[in-house]
Amino acid sequence: MNIQNMILALQKHWADQGCILMQAYDVEKGAGTMSPYTFLRAIGPEPWNVAYVEPSRRPADGRYGENPNRLYQHHQFQVIMKPSPDNIQDIYLDSLKALGINPLEHDIRFVEDNWENPSLGCAGLGWEVWLDGMEITQFTYFQQVGGLDCRPVSVEITYGIERLASYIQDKENVFDLEWTDGFTYRDIFLQPEYEHSKYTFETSDPDMLFHLFAIYEKEAHRQMEKGLVHPAYDYVLKCSHVFNILDGRGAISVTERTGYIARIRSLARKVAKTFYAEREKLGFPILKAKEDKSNE
Amino acid sequence: MSKRDLLLEIGLEEMPARFVTSSMEQLSEKIQSWLQSKKIDFDAVSSFSTPRRLAVLVEGVREAQADLHEEVKGPAKKIALDENGQWTKAAAGFARGQGMMTDDIYFKEVNGVEYCYVEKHIKGMETVSLLPELKEIVAGMSFPKNMYWANEDLRYIRPIKWIAAMYGEEIIPFSVAGVSSSNWSMGHRFLGEKTEFATAKEYEEALLQQYVIADPVKRKDIILSQIKVLEEENNWIIPVDEGLLEEVNNLVEYPTALYGRFEEEFLQLPEEVLITSMKEHQRYFPVKSKDGNLLPYFVTIRNGNDQHLDIVAKGNEKVLHARLADAAFFYREDQKLAISDCLTKLEAIVYHDEIGTLAEKVNRVRKFTNQLADILAFSSEDKQLADRAAEICKFDLVTNMVNEFPELQGFMGEKYALQKGEPEGVAIAVNEHYMPRNADDSLPSTDPGALLSTAEKMDTIAAFFAIGNIPTGSQDPYALRRQASGIVQILETKGWKLDLEKLIEMAVTLIAEDGIAIQERGQLEKDILDFFKLRLKYLLQERKIRHDIVDSVLVFKIGPVAELVEKADILQSRLSAEGFKESIEALGRVINIAVKAEGGEIRPDLFENEWEQKLYNKFLNVRESLDANYSSKHYFELLVSMKDEITDYFDHTMIMVEDETIRRNRLNLMDSLARLIKGFADFNKINVK
Repeated sequence: MNIQNMILALQKHWADQGCILMQAYDVEKGAGTMSPYTFLRAIGPEPWNVAYVEPSRRPADGRYGENPNRLYQHHQFQVIMKPSPDNIQDIYLDSLKALGINPLEHDIRFVEDNWENPSLGCAGLGWEVWLDGMEITQFTYFQQVGGLDCRPVSVEITYGIERLASYIQDKENVFDLEWTDGFTYRDIFLQPEYEHSKYTFETSDPDMLFHLFAIYEKEAHRQMEKGLVHPAYDYVLKCSHVFNILDGRGAISVTERTGYIARIRSLARKVAKTFYAEREKLGFPILKAKEDKSNE
Repeated sequence: MSKRDLLLEIGLEEMPARFVTSSMEQLSEKIQSWLQSKKIDFDAVSSFSTPRRLAVLVEGVREAQADLHEEVKGPAKKIALDENGQWTKAAAGFARGQGMMTDDIYFKEVNGVEYCYVEKHIKGMETVSLLPELKEIVAGMSFPKNMYWANEDLRYIRPIKWIAAMYGEEIIPFSVAGVSSSNWSMGHRFLGEKTEFATAKEYEEALLQQYVIADPVKRKDIILSQIKVLEEENNWIIPVDEGLLEEVNNLVEYPTALYGRFEEEFLQLPEEVLITSMKEHQRYFPVKSKDGNLLPYFVTIRNGNDQHLDIVAKGNEKVLHARLADAAFFYREDQKLAISDCLTKLEAIVYHDEIGTLAEKVNRVRKFTNQLADILAFSSEDKQLADRAAEICKFDLVTNMVNEFPELQGFMGEKYALQKGEPEGVAIAVNEHYMPRNADDSLPSTDPGALLSTAEKMDTIAAFFAIGNIPTGSQDPYALRRQASGIVQILETKGWKLDLEKLIEMAVTLIAEDGIAIQERGQLEKDILDFFKLRLKYLLQERKIRHDIVDSVLVFKIGPVAELVEKADILQSRLSAEGFKESIEALGRVINIAVKAEGGEIRPDLFENEWEQKLYNKFLNVRESLDANYSSKHYFELLVSMKDEITDYFDHTMIMVEDETIRRNRLNLMDSLARLIKGFADFNKINVK
């Protein structure tokens, strides 16, 4: 199964479960969790079921396209369901079947993995799912997002598309993966991998990036004060991405690192609080719509 | 009385493997103590657990609580009967209060006085009516890590999926977190199905039909026997790490052992790297040849049956290949690093915000190591080895391999140090300075390694105490307790003549010199010493030293740890010796009276009786003999030899006389004696009654 068909199969599967199929969010981010479709929507009492593919940038992992496993940018297939359905593990296992993975022919295990993202003030409990010893999915019950307790609890399911594809297609090198008929991963991503790696490690301008970080941070605070959560959050994401490039560049010492993470965390917490407050002002409209419907 | 079996199973989404066994034991204990508190008798208890279930089967649970016979005491007979022998109001009231008649009253004598008594008989309630209380047991389980899920208000180890609760054939009705109890359970996730139990007793057998081996002991035995078969078929040795086996056992419900292979070229990687990749990251068992060499195979335990093992093996091989290829890459990259470059990088790594960089720590530890080597009069060769080892002890922390496999710190340091031409003694000490890594680990084998380990750990403890990061209860994030135990073990084994007090003082001095803020130095050193005293206490208790003797040697100066242990051993071995009690009492008496001393020289010209002079002479002899030939045993013999002189002295000498000069002089003699005695132990703590 090529990657395109894998994505289609996953989209079909989760759409059938009532998930809204979203498109990738258009600001750089390190993980699907950071998309506002997850980070913001996991907050508060409103129900939320979505699935989307998220290109995720990890500048420090860039390897000029030379490493068979490590990438500057990889793809996550992200599912969020709030509240977490009772049979979510079964639904997930069915999605593997949709990808042609028959559990009886493999060794599938749920191995404890407690997930934390300190820079976003997020924490959750769950598992990494092992397929014949390979971690193919992060499966997490969110307990905290942006420093706020999650009630009801969202479940987050994150498939590593490249990992899963390398297993399904039996390829050693990620660049040999077939994206669709006649197009390999190499055709599409090799050049950007090389260029982004060169940019991150060699040609980026740390002074400019430090400057940008400060500007973005200030703007995030300024917009939050006006209650404009989404523009503010975009700038938080930009801060995070700039930080990641600087980190990859080796421009941030260990001591400074803690300080920058703390600054992003304080932004994320503030955004989370502001988002909750703004939804509350609106009367948690999705929850209200759902209640109205069930009262009819 | 008739009886039935009781089953309680909590079905869960996969629990963390490390909590499964303890949670099973908790459930079993909770059920047993509930039955006992309800006075419901039972025959036998078996416990079960897999990643997805915790269960307890109690056989022969009686159908009712035991009846209660209670004898209740009432008023005295003389109050209960009037002068005519009629029941008084007091007696009638007592009987009524107990729901009985005055006719039920009988008398019993207590301490020569007769009292009214009635015997109450309370019929036990039916077990069935009490069993729904099991709900509290399910909801009341406590786990090290809990979570919320969906809309539920219960925090639990993982979401509850089902609850099987049966008494004989009956379902015990209750519900927890929206899950109602039932008479069914789920089988293996892929091989099995939902299964109903006709009776509680069927539990284990019915689950077996559904590919679940619920008894963890049986499951473990199956894994072990499967491993044995692989060993025999292939002429292998598969060393089974108990911790790994326990973890793997709690990751599967129906185990099948299988093996895979990896490319022979990876065997060129250090063995620790291969083993860590297999064990820690993949939970594989490494495979060795009969002569103990690592082979390019691994064994994994699948959660399933023996179908399609080739696919499972192939998938696992692919994962391990990617990991080892990464490791090989890092290993090659590390060959390009020079130790000096690594040391420079340590300057940029913050060890702790308030303590400083790793480079600063290393410098401090190096100074400390050199000071200690001087005190202990190490040979110049050992001094050089220890100094160089201290200088480079943390260089491997910035290598790619340790960055990827943090648990290999020290191991990689030794390997790389050798490759880069360091003397073997230096390389070994670099690794040994982490030892003992845990309670079961061995101690450093070389003197430079042991010294560096002591200095590094002591520096860590002193630094964290200085910034107020002191272990409390279960909070010990920097494992300071383990490190203190390590130091104590090393000092004991090496037998170094190094006062623990001195060691602490040296560490604190170095830390102060490095500019780490210290609140109050005296208090800090005392806190650290007290912290060590607790470790010493455990050490002595493990040697089965009686608790009062343990206390007696920990009151005053600790001194060298090995001598402290000897002293405790000697006291313990003399407990039943003839004259021990008298000696201990005499020595203890001196310590007590000496508290009143005000200080000053002993003046023999002020002695008024021969007993004073005799004791003084004895004291001088003992001190001289001890100076000439010190050993703990000799020390003790000398102290004991003073018994007669001390006893005679007390029999004939009044210390607290009115004449101040005489009194002070006598107390001064006591004080000098007491110091000599306290150097061994506080004999007043020893229980000789």
